[in-house]
Amino acid sequence: MDCVVTGGNVKVLAKAIHSLSRIGDELYVEPQDDGLALRSVNSSRSAYACFLFAPLFFSRYTIPSGHAFRCKMAIKSVQAVFRSLASLEKTVEKCHIGLDEKKNRLTFTLHCKHGLLKTHNLSFQDSESLQAVFDKDSYGNVFRSHPRLLVDTVVHFPPSLEEVTVSVSDERMWVRNHVEEEDRSKSMLTELCLASDEFDHFAVTTQNSVTFCLKELRGMLVFAESTGLPVSMYFDEPGSPLVLSVTDSVLEGNFVLATLSDDSNHRKNNSRREQTPPPPPNDDFMDDDMDSYLIAMDTSIAPGPSATRPPTPPLAVSTYSKQPAAANHRSRLIAEEQEEEEEEEAELADSAGPPNKKFCSLFFGSVLPPSSQTSTQPVTNQEVLASDSEDDEQ
Amino acid sequence: MKFRGKIIDVACLNHFTRVVTTISKLTKICVLRLTPDNLFFVLSGKVANGGVSMWCELSQANFFDEYQMEGVSSEDNEICLEVTPENLSRALKTVQNAKAVKLKLTKKHCPCLTIAAELPTLSSISRVVTHDVPVDVIPRRLWHEFKEPSMPDFDVSIYLPPLKTMKNVVDRMKNLSNFLVMEANLNGEMNLKIETDLVSVTTHFKDLGNPPWGDDASQDGGPSQSRDPEDMAQARVDIRKLQQFLMGQQVNPSKAMCSKSPTAARPGALQAK
Repeated sequence: MDCVVTGGNVKVLAKAIHSLSRIGDELYVEPQDDGLALRSVNSSRSAYACFLFAPLFFSRYTIPSGHAFRCKMAIKSVQAVFRSLASLEKTVEKCHIGLDEKKNRLTFTLHCKHGLLKTHNLSFQDSESLQAVFDKDSYGNVFRSHPRLLVDTVVHFPPSLEEVTVSVSDERMWVRNHVEEEDRSKSMLTELCLASDEFDHFAVTTQNSVTFCLKELRGMLVFAESTGLPVSMYFDEPGSPLVLSVTDSVLEGNFVLATLSDDSNHRKNNSRREQTPPPPPNDDFMDDDMDSYLIAMDTSIAPGPSATRPPTPPLAVSTYSKQPAAANHRSRLIAEEQEEEEEEEAELADSAGPPNKKFCSLFFGSVLPPSSQTSTQPVTNQEVLASDSEDDEQ
Repeated sequence: MKFRGKIIDVACLNHFTRVVTTISKLTKICVLRLTPDNLFFVLSGKVANGGVSMWCELSQANFFDEYQMEGVSSEDNEICLEVTPENLSRALKTVQNAKAVKLKLTKKHCPCLTIAAELPTLSSISRVVTHDVPVDVIPRRLWHEFKEPSMPDFDVSIYLPPLKTMKNVVDRMKNLSNFLVMEANLNGEMNLKIETDLVSVTTHFKDLGNPPWGDDASQDGGPSQSRDPEDMAQARVDIRKLQQFLMGQQVNPSKAMCSKSPTAARPGALQAK
C-alpha cells in the first residue's frame, strides 16, 4: 500500500481522524478500490462512523493487490501523528502512508518544510471488516444545512449532556435535551426551535422524534465545521438509526447513530398522529401570549419529554438485541437473527427492565470481501460482541 | 404569583449575565428574591464559624425593559425562589446575541424560571430557544432568613485595589498558608500578610482611599471619629474563601470596599458595586 496526501488534504485527513476519535478507541483502516475507508465504532455499538476518501483525494493511491487488506489500530496513536493541526497546516507538505505487512506496521511519513521528515511506525492488528449496513436514501426525513446551523444549535446544550431529542413537523425542527423521568424535576430543560427555511433542504415524511447521543453529533461537527461542507441528516422512526453525512467529490463521511427505541410510546404515537396536529405555534415571539406558545410547543408534536408519556420504560431487551420491527419500518440494518414481532416486544416492555437507556445497537452485516476469499475465510459471525472477543479467524 | 421580565439591550443582558455568573461561582444554590423594584440574590451562610454569606441587590430598571411581577399576596408582594445560579448562568451565556430575552416564572413539570430568547437568523422566522430552570418556591414563613443584613459596626472601611491585582497576590499566598491577615487603616493603606514557620510575606497597598460613611444614611455604625488614622484594623481570614470571592468577580466593580470590625467574632464585609 502506498498512498500520498498532499497540501490542504493532510489537514482534512487529520480532522477526520480526530472526528473518528470521538466515536471509538480504534481506527479501522481498509484500503478499497473505491478509496481508503477509515472507520470507528464505539464500545456499545451504538455509534459508527466511516470516512471514505476517494482515490482522487490522494496524489498517489496504490493499494495492496490480490488480497483485501484491513486492519485496526489504536486511534490515539494515529492522532499523535496528526497532533497539532495548526502546525500541520503550516509545515506539512505531504503525508505518505505505507504498509509493511511483514512487520504488521503502517508507516506514516510527514514530509515537512525544510526537508524535515517525521516518520511514525504504527503497529496494527488484523481485523474483520467493520461495516454498518444502512440505507440512508430510504429514510423518510432528510435535512441538509450548513454545519454552522448545527453548531449554533448544540452550543446551547451543556458539554456534559448525553442525549438530545430531535422532533420534526412539516415546518419546524425542535431540538431538546432528553431527560429521564426520574431526573425531570431537577434538571434544566433546554429546547431550541429551528424553522425549515434555515435549512438548505428540509423534507419530512413522518412527523416524529428521535433521541440520540449528542457527543457523537459533536464529533461529526468537528469535521464538518472545519471543512464547511453541508451536513445532511437522515432519520426515520425512533429505534432506527440516524445518519449524518458530509460529502464532496473526493470524500464521504457518514456517522450512524443509534436512536432510542420506545415501542409502547411509538404505538401510542401512531394513533396520535392520525388526529390532526394542532396548528403551528404562534410565531410572534413578542406577542404576549408566551404561555400558549410554550404550551403549544409541548404538546404539538409526537413524543417528547415534555409531552405526557406513558411511564413504561423503553424496550427492555438485552443490549445487543434486535430492532423493533415496526410495520412501516422502511429501512433496517441487516441482522442475522430474526426480528421479533412488535407485540412480543410490547410484552417485554412491561416487564421491569433496567432503567437505563435502551439504545438499539446497530447491526453489522457480515460483509464478505468482494474477492473470492470465501472459500478460505470462514464467515465471521456478526453477533455484535464486545471488541475483545473478535477472535480473528483470518 | 407571576413574574415576567424582558431584556432587550445587549449591554444590559451582558451585565446581568456576568452578575449571575459571578454568583454561580460563589455558591451552588442561592435564593432569588423578586420585588417590584429589585432582584436580590441571597445566600445566608453560617457566618459564625467562617462561612460566607452573600447579598446581591440589583435594581430591575437597570436591566429589564419590561418587568412585571405579582407577589404571593398584596401585603407580601414578593417572590422568593431557590435557584441554582449555574443553570441560569449557563442559559444566559448562550443567548448573548439574542434580540430579546424573556424571563418568566412558569409551571412546567415543576415551578421553573424559563428563559426564552429569540435569536437572530437569516430566515424570516426567528429561532427560539427556551431554557427551563427548575426552582423551588420558598414559603413565606422562611422569608425572614433572607432579609437584608445590616452592616456590622466596623472600625475601618477601605476601597480595595484592583481586584485582579489582589487576586494575583492572594493566589500566590494561598500556596504558602491557609490563613491571611488583612489589615487596613483610615489612611488608605492596606496590607495582606501571611506568616508561616519558614517565611512571612506582606504585600503593601497605599493610597487606596477610604469611603466616606458619614453621608450614607442607610448604614448604621461608622468609623469612630476618634480613631487614629494610622492605626491598622486586622482581620484573619481563610484564604480560600477570599479567593472564592475574588475569583468570582466578573463584574468589574467601580468600587470594592472592605470593612473590618474590631473583634474576630464579628464578620467583615466585602462589598462590590
